[in-house]
Amino acid sequence: MESKSSVDIRHQDAMCTNESAQDELNFLSNIKYLIVGTLFGVVFVKAEIISWFRIQEMFRMQSFFMYGVIGTAVLVGMFSIWLIKQYDIKTLSGEKIKFEDKTFNKGQIYGGVIFGIGWAITGACPGPLFAQIGSGFLIITITLLSAVAGTWVYGYFRERLPH
Amino acid sequence: MLELIKQPWHWSFAGILIGLTVPTLLIIGNKKFGISSSLRHICAMCLPAKIPFFNYEWKKEIWNLFFVVGIFIGGFIAANFLTDSSGIEVAASTKVSLAQYGITDYSQMMPAEIFHIDNLFTATGFVFFVLGGFLVGFGTRYAGGCTSGHAIMGLSNLQLPSLVATVSFMVGGFFSTLVLLPLIFQVIN
Repeated sequence: MESKSSVDIRHQDAMCTNESAQDELNFLSNIKYLIVGTLFGVVFVKAEIISWFRIQEMFRMQSFFMYGVIGTAVLVGMFSIWLIKQYDIKTLSGEKIKFEDKTFNKGQIYGGVIFGIGWAITGACPGPLFAQIGSGFLIITITLLSAVAGTWVYGYFRERLPH
Repeated sequence: MLELIKQPWHWSFAGILIGLTVPTLLIIGNKKFGISSSLRHICAMCLPAKIPFFNYEWKKEIWNLFFVVGIFIGGFIAANFLTDSSGIEVAASTKVSLAQYGITDYSQMMPAEIFHIDNLFTATGFVFFVLGGFLVGFGTRYAGGCTSGHAIMGLSNLQLPSLVATVSFMVGGFFSTLVLLPLIFQVIN
């Protein structure tokens, strides 16, 4: 039985409340996420989203490409969530799909800017890092390890940072 | 058919597929699309060190680690079986801008002048691998999400905090590209 403080910590940012039920914590139940991730990784490479050059084009506003990708993705995402809410679409196992509202905190600004700076330097946000390594840029493993280190340092200083 | 797949994909096609990840993850398991949380789970798994932020039942979020391993595999499959090796088409104006920094190799998706193993213990390597990566990991968790979690999932769910985060990402990126990178290239060259 998970302690209340452990659940609270996971709720502290809404991204971390995607818990699986106890009987879903096995290999077979999670294969489907591996498959979706694989398709996702294919899209990343095929659409060249993992390219440092595309990010440069985006932040120099010299190409519409990345704006097109993100904009289209948001529109499709918005429409699908609207459909899910409108028609009360359930999960495969018949559960109600839950949505939570995010609360605002200054971390979204400070952290957001810091991430943006790193995004332009590395040419990748977290997702593409995994795909870049998979596609053969093994040196990006260093970047990924540094990212994990960055997350760790954030966790260490969290209480002392402005939120 | 395979020839069509082997061409670079159009942004609308990629955007649609990425957007569909949102309802797919919700329907297959009530999971909200997000990737930077995987960095947190890795910390919780490997070195929680009594830090409250990493002391939670990370095993309950293990779907996310399966997901990112999938991204790695997908990258491998696409790069090795689904691509024709014709290099990348980059906007002419960008090429001009980047030429000033000595970047002219467009045969791969990442500039070989920077992202090469020879740069590992150089200033270039430190900035582009270590510092950049660190800022990504630190910043995404501080913001509570990355492009996937905030810009795509958060905006799809009409979350104002995600709009704030997304705008902040862009501000940081513009600042970095237009102000910091020129300085960085001056220093390391």
